[in-house]
Amino acid sequence: MLSVDIKKKLKNFTLDLAFSMDKEIIVLFGPSGSGKTTTLHCISGLTHPDDGRIQLNGRTLFSGSDKPLPVQKRRVGYVFQDYALFPHMTVRKNILYGAEDQQEVDQLVTALGIDHLMEEYPKNISGGEKQRVALARAFATEPDLLLLDEPFSSLDANVKEECHHELLRLHDKWEIPVILVTHDRNEAEKLADRIIEIDHGRLVV
Amino acid sequence: MSYSPLFLSLRIATIATIIVFLLGILLARLLARKVFPGKSIIESVLLLPLVLPPTVVGFGLLYLFGVNGPVGQWLLYFFDYKIVFTWVAAVVAAVVVSFPLMYQSASAAFQNYDPNIENAALTMGASRVKVFFTVSFPLAWPGLLAGLVLTFARALGEFGATLMIAGNIPGVTSTIPLAIYSAVEAGRMEQAYTWVIIIIALGFSSVLWLNWWTKRNVMAFKQDS
Repeated sequence: MLSVDIKKKLKNFTLDLAFSMDKEIIVLFGPSGSGKTTTLHCISGLTHPDDGRIQLNGRTLFSGSDKPLPVQKRRVGYVFQDYALFPHMTVRKNILYGAEDQQEVDQLVTALGIDHLMEEYPKNISGGEKQRVALARAFATEPDLLLLDEPFSSLDANVKEECHHELLRLHDKWEIPVILVTHDRNEAEKLADRIIEIDHGRLVV
Repeated sequence: MSYSPLFLSLRIATIATIIVFLLGILLARLLARKVFPGKSIIESVLLLPLVLPPTVVGFGLLYLFGVNGPVGQWLLYFFDYKIVFTWVAAVVAAVVVSFPLMYQSASAAFQNYDPNIENAALTMGASRVKVFFTVSFPLAWPGLLAGLVLTFARALGEFGATLMIAGNIPGVTSTIPLAIYSAVEAGRMEQAYTWVIIIIALGFSSVLWLNWWTKRNVMAFKQDS
C-alpha cells in the first residue's frame, strides 16, 4: 500500500499530486515536462518534495519537515529511462550489485531468459536485453515498490510487446505496487490497472 | 654532474601529484553537478593559476607563505617552521600551478556519464561512499588518469613560481628546470643539454603512454565503439 501526497515547486509550475494505490500497476501518463519523473524521484528519495507525506506499507518515507528516509533505506526499485546499467560491470555484477538473495536472483534470471548474458557487458547486448537486465536488477533488491520511467520508449514495436508481457508476468508473481511513467497512450491503456493523467503537475480529471 | 636535480624533481612532482590528485577529485566531485550562485566565480579562482604568469603565482605564494604572510606567520608560530626556500615550498608551488589541470580533467570526467547510473546504485541501497568507489570513480577513471598524467608533467616542468618561493638552491630546491637555467647562465652547455634531453624524455613518454593507454582502455565500455 502506497500513499502519496506531495507538493513541490518546480521552475514553471507547482507539482501537487495525491493518490494512493495497492498492489496494482498505475500508469502516470502525461506530456513531457508535466512532472512525472519528478514524482518518481520524490517517491524514491532521489529528491524531496517541499511538503506533503509519502507512506509505503505503513513506513513513512517522507513527512513534512521531518528528516526524510534516505533513498538507500526506502526499498523502492527504480528502472531508469535508458536503463542506467553500470557500463563497467558484467550483467551478473549489475544484477548482484544490490541483490538480497542469490537464489532469488537465479530464478529471476531464468524467468527473464537472460541466463546466457550473464558474462556480457551492457554495450554488447540489445535494447530489449538491457531492459530485462534493468528489470532483473531492480527486482533483485526485493523492493516493496517498483518505479519505471519510460522503460520501453527506445524499443522496437515487437520487442516492446514482449517486454510488456514480461512486466505483467513479473507483476503477477511479485505482487508489489508498480508505477510506470509513459507518454504513450496505447501502452498506458494496455498495462495499467489505473491511469493517472497529469499535466503541469496536477491531476487531470 | 650531480643527479640530485633529477631525484629532487621526481620527489617534488610525485608528492605534488598525489596532493593535487586527491584535492582535485574531491573539489570536482563536490562541485561538478551542483548548480549554485557564485559557482563560476569559485571555478574561475580555481583555474586562475593556469592563466596567470608563474611569477604572479610565485609572488602571491611568497606573500602568503613568507615569514610575515598570514600562512607563514601561522606556520612559524605553531610549528616553528619556515617554509620559504625549502623543498616543501617547491611542492606548494607545483601543487598550485598544476591544480587547474587536474580540476578541469576531473570535473569533465564526473560529468561525462549519465547521473542516473549513480542514482540507480543509490536506489539499490548503496551508501554514497560505496557509490563513489564502485561507480563514480571507475566511470571517471579515464579522465582522472589523464588529469593525473598532465598534473605530473606540469609539476615536473614547474619553474617560475618555484624560483620565487623556493629559490634555486643546489641539492635543496634546484629541480631540473632550475638546473637548466643555472647551467645556461654559467655557460655549462653540456649539462644543460643533458637535463633538457632528460626532461623532454620524461614529458614525452608520459604523454605518449597516456595516449596509448586511452586508445586501449577508454573505448572498452563506451557505447557504440
